[in-house]
Amino acid sequence: MLEKVFHGGKGYWVWVLALAAGVGIGLMAYLYQLREGMWVTGMSRDVSWGFYISQFTFLVGVAASVLMVVLPLYLHDFKAFARITALSQFLAVGTLLMSLLFIFSDVGMPMRILNVPLNPTPHSMLFYDTVFLPGFMVINLIIGWTAIGAEKREVPLQWWVKGLIYLSMPWAVVMHTVTAFIYAGTPGRGFWMTAIMAPRFLVTAFAAGPALLIILCTAIKTLTHFVVTERAIQKLVTIMLYALIIDAFFLGVEYFTVFYADIPEYTETFQYLFLGIDGDCALVPWTWCMNLALLVAIGLLVIPGARSNRPVLIAACIIALIGLWIDKGYVLVPAAFIPNVFGRIMEYPPSWVELTISLGIYALGTLIITALYKVVISVKEETQDL
Amino acid sequence: MTLTRRKFLKAAATSALSVMAVPCISQGFELEGRMSLGPKALKARRWAMVVDMNKCRDDCADDCLIACHEIHNVPYIPKAEHEVMWLFLEPYENAFPERSHRFLSKRVREKEFFLMCNHCEDPPCARVCPTQATFKREKDGIVMIDYHRCIGCRFCMAACPYGSRSFNFRDPRPFIKKINPEFPTRRRGVVEKCNFCQELLEVGRMPACVEACKEGVLTFGDLEDPTSAVRTLLSEKPHIRRKPDLGTGPSVFYIV
Ligand code: SF4
Ligand code: SF4
Repeated sequence: MLEKVFHGGKGYWVWVLALAAGVGIGLMAYLYQLREGMWVTGMSRDVSWGFYISQFTFLVGVAASVLMVVLPLYLHDFKAFARITALSQFLAVGTLLMSLLFIFSDVGMPMRILNVPLNPTPHSMLFYDTVFLPGFMVINLIIGWTAIGAEKREVPLQWWVKGLIYLSMPWAVVMHTVTAFIYAGTPGRGFWMTAIMAPRFLVTAFAAGPALLIILCTAIKTLTHFVVTERAIQKLVTIMLYALIIDAFFLGVEYFTVFYADIPEYTETFQYLFLGIDGDCALVPWTWCMNLALLVAIGLLVIPGARSNRPVLIAACIIALIGLWIDKGYVLVPAAFIPNVFGRIMEYPPSWVELTISLGIYALGTLIITALYKVVISVKEETQDL
Repeated sequence: MTLTRRKFLKAAATSALSVMAVPCISQGFELEGRMSLGPKALKARRWAMVVDMNKCRDDCADDCLIACHEIHNVPYIPKAEHEVMWLFLEPYENAFPERSHRFLSKRVREKEFFLMCNHCEDPPCARVCPTQATFKREKDGIVMIDYHRCIGCRFCMAACPYGSRSFNFRDPRPFIKKINPEFPTRRRGVVEKCNFCQELLEVGRMPACVEACKEGVLTFGDLEDPTSAVRTLLSEKPHIRRKPDLGTGPSVFYIV
């Protein structure tokens, strides 16, 4: 099936080459960081985690959202999702690969990364991530690949693949929960110290994944003969809408608790995020955008006429994704370090090296996802299952 | 054929694993060797420091800070964002932000305090470290870092509520004025912090800062020994610890 990757039109190759160029640029930036050390990033003694760890967090969420496709299909027999399971699983493969690369780019001693599996440390939450992330990636690759193979040969799925699918459901939840526990378990970082972190991680994931899938399905529809039914799309919209509403509720609960109780340790970061402190306000526009995007996306999606109009739907998905990305992929990680443990404000802007490396990783992930999608679509075209 | 494919694969996998494991095992030995006590070694069940701020003169030449950083090859990095600090000064309002308020006199608010790793009783840094590079030595409570094992993930920096840890953003060696050959230098990409001069205790000496301060501000001793100097001070004078409500159990006390 892999040979499908190497047959494509002109547009396909332009896209692949552009992504490959992105990977190349990112790799050069990484080599520069490797040679110079982490001082070329925007991170500091005070804000010791930044853009890389943020991307890792956001992308694990997108990967975990595969649950929102396999669960309706396998537990509720919602057949319309059968056409998009492979797309969603391969999306998870690509995003997890990116997450792992983001962790790899963040460590100061990448050549020692094997020290993590060699010294298994159950009391460290990062340990669980290093178990659950690669595991989920492999599981989804196996499921997606064998399912497509079965479809090609027009035979039913093997029993063990089904077993893996059921295993992947709790796995997704646990995987993203331990990601949240990395943050929620650190004493002295009031911003992260909230039990709503893991539930919020899950709902934001379950909104971001479907939003991205809707966008991807629409793009695939315009570029190929492969069509995802409106029924499947509308189901994704429903899931996304509920997830967004629950997220808005969780956020509201968090804001109330923090601002009403008004304990400085917990309010300070929020104050910095919403208003800035003493003129330091780098994250203020981002925070407002995030909250606004959430409300606008919900506002658009609750209108039946809007969500069945594809261009409006796509706009809502993009707005939601931007909001969700700002939340987990830009603000959540560095904000916990501001103010720092000494009560000082040290702001964090990502450096161009960080951004370039991140671009490279995103390009690589997109390349892998493109290749996997190419296989899926070619097989569907062959079996006339369009 | 005696060697079946499965057996061969098994053997290959084991040998590959052992090759990978060799550096770790040898590291373990090295560590054990360094940790074994000499005849003169000072012993305690839990080392602790009491800092008597009343005795601290503001006009001395920071002898303690210099002594600490020189003996441990701590680099002097000019850019504050990338600084490496083992023993450092912060004004009261930054060292104890939760205790500071606007009615405190300016003198108190701005009084500089010595800060260092608290060698916490229940250290969150060691709890979160994914490689056990940071660990608490059970025999004397010192929280140590194995610089050969640390992967530089900086999880410990996020977890330490005291800002005690520094990451080597740059290669530290060019920034060390005079290298002390008795103590290892670190390399770029690992985390470091105060080690309560574990290497001096082993040869029967007090920590460098304690030895360097001529005013007797710093007292070091066994917290579990009711007759020790630190316990005597703690029973005589009112004292505070940094962020005690977090339950980390700091072993550094301040008399104010
Ligand atoms: S002060 Fe920080 S670095 Fe030192 S033991 Fe406590 S948590 Fe760890
Ligand atoms: S930076 Fe080093 S010492 Fe700190 S948590 Fe990571 S591996 Fe452990």
